[in-house]
Amino acid sequence: MLKESIKMAIENIISNKMRSFLTMLGIIIGVGSVIALITIVSGATSTVTDQVASMGANTVTVQVQGTPLKQGLTQGDVNKIAELPNIDGVAPTISGQTTVAFDGNAMDEITLQGKNDVYFENTEDVISSGRIINTIDTENQSRVALIGNDIANELYVGKNPIGQEIKIGGITYHVIGILQESDSFASADTNSSVIIPYTTAMGVVGAKYINSLTVYIADEALADTTTRQIEGVLTKSFNGEEESYSIVNMQSILETIEEMTSILSMMLAGIASISLVVGGIGIMNMMLVSVTERTSEIGLRKALGAEPKQIQLQFLIESVVLCLIGGIIGFILGVSVAWVVANLIGTSFALTASTVLLAIGFSAAIGVVFGFMPARKASRLNPIDALRSI
Amino acid sequence: MPENILEMKNLVKTYIMGDEEQVVLKGIDLSINRGDFLSVLGPSGSGKSTLMNIIGCLDVPTSGTYYLSGELIRDLPEVDLSHIRNREIGFIFQQFQLLQRLSAQKNVELPLIYAGVPEKERQERSAHILERVGLADKMKNRPNQLSGGQQQRVAIARALVTEPTILLADEPTGALDQQTGQQIMNLFKELYQEGKTIVMITHDANVAKNGSRIVRIVDGNLSEGVYNA
Repeated sequence: MLKESIKMAIENIISNKMRSFLTMLGIIIGVGSVIALITIVSGATSTVTDQVASMGANTVTVQVQGTPLKQGLTQGDVNKIAELPNIDGVAPTISGQTTVAFDGNAMDEITLQGKNDVYFENTEDVISSGRIINTIDTENQSRVALIGNDIANELYVGKNPIGQEIKIGGITYHVIGILQESDSFASADTNSSVIIPYTTAMGVVGAKYINSLTVYIADEALADTTTRQIEGVLTKSFNGEEESYSIVNMQSILETIEEMTSILSMMLAGIASISLVVGGIGIMNMMLVSVTERTSEIGLRKALGAEPKQIQLQFLIESVVLCLIGGIIGFILGVSVAWVVANLIGTSFALTASTVLLAIGFSAAIGVVFGFMPARKASRLNPIDALRSI
Repeated sequence: MPENILEMKNLVKTYIMGDEEQVVLKGIDLSINRGDFLSVLGPSGSGKSTLMNIIGCLDVPTSGTYYLSGELIRDLPEVDLSHIRNREIGFIFQQFQLLQRLSAQKNVELPLIYAGVPEKERQERSAHILERVGLADKMKNRPNQLSGGQQQRVAIARALVTEPTILLADEPTGALDQQTGQQIMNLFKELYQEGKTIVMITHDANVAKNGSRIVRIVDGNLSEGVYNA
């Protein structure tokens, strides 16, 4: 009986191609937009969180503006933070502007950064060739430098810069590596930067203060406690002037992003599901028309021995099949749109099983909800009246 | 001793039209034996459609008794009446009432679906019965590819396929020309000779005389009688 009903439903849908398609359009658009929005938002979310996580989910970043008397962190402050519990390591950053020169060629407005071995150990893909700054470089205030892609290309035409000398701010360094070429999405342009050990920057160049500090947390679960302890050190070293520094816990940023995007995703899907309701009303309308048109068929079926329940089931199946076909088309459409959009804006595209189930479940549910009333109407028709309406 | 399969005693059917009560059947007594070919002859408005609806278990009497195959037909739930119709009655309508989307064979299979007959058996039985009514080569055709007479044959096959107690025909030649109508009547006579029980409702005396027995219904009253032209 069920098999027959499904067959009959499909036959009826096919015999009314145009009308079935127009009715399905509501479901197609509804399911399509819900699926497209959910897939796009979840893809964008995972891209953003991946990017944030790649900066280090286990890090606490300290930015220091300082006070007029003390314009940054001293080595002593950094040591105090490094001695706190639950800390893997600290990576101070010193930033400045400088000039570079080699063999008579010079470039100015070059970003100078001082970093240490901890930074390189915790960050992937910093260099494209050569070696990173290691512990010995940091301890010995070695005069070694990593140079950006533009500098390598402009100063060392036709030569391998690694092993060559470079003059940074008039002081001679050895080039030990070349920085990874940065694309436009990166937070900082490294193509015209040089990186030297931060100890060298303090000792040789004469920088007095550290402007920023990345603290690597051992146990992410205790990130909040550790963050408070770091704050305690900072408060002391700047005499309670809270505006002189800012402290950012990556873990909490990640959580906030995820929370926001899930709210956004639900909101968008909610708005899109309004079109699903409209589509459902379209289904109900078509089913009611269909019941009226097929009154004599219903009468005949009853005369031939169809139970009211069987009539109801037949029309319910018809509406569910209609919605499911619409749902599948809508799903394919929505996923395609999401795929195109993900490729255009460069976010990741992921199709989850729950999305598939959501689309199928939603459309079947709409078929049942909006098909119920017309189906019940059909089942309650009086066979005598129904047969008479030829 | 002929077997009685239908028994009506003092059967009354009234409809409430607004405030007025309209008595459509005024105490019908009718008895049908297995193998009868009964013509119910009456003009329009005589109550013959109401009588047909009650015989076909599409409607139930207001008072009086109606036994079909020994079972009392009364105000039963819709689902029980549908089972009785499926088992006992083979309907043949004036307008054939075939589903245009389905092939002749699929149309014939319909009552078997509701009887819960498995697909393979349905196909065998429907093919066999279509062969019986002379449509072996038209089984895959849709109704609109068939002539009126052929469509009515499909409808007759659909009525026969469940092997019902009674074939109940409502003006079976009403939509056909005289020659085709006579062919259908000849088929009815053949079925009668095979021992099928037929109840045919008509307003046409010439059609009615094909029956082995004629009853007249006028103004809600039934009278047994010989046909007089």
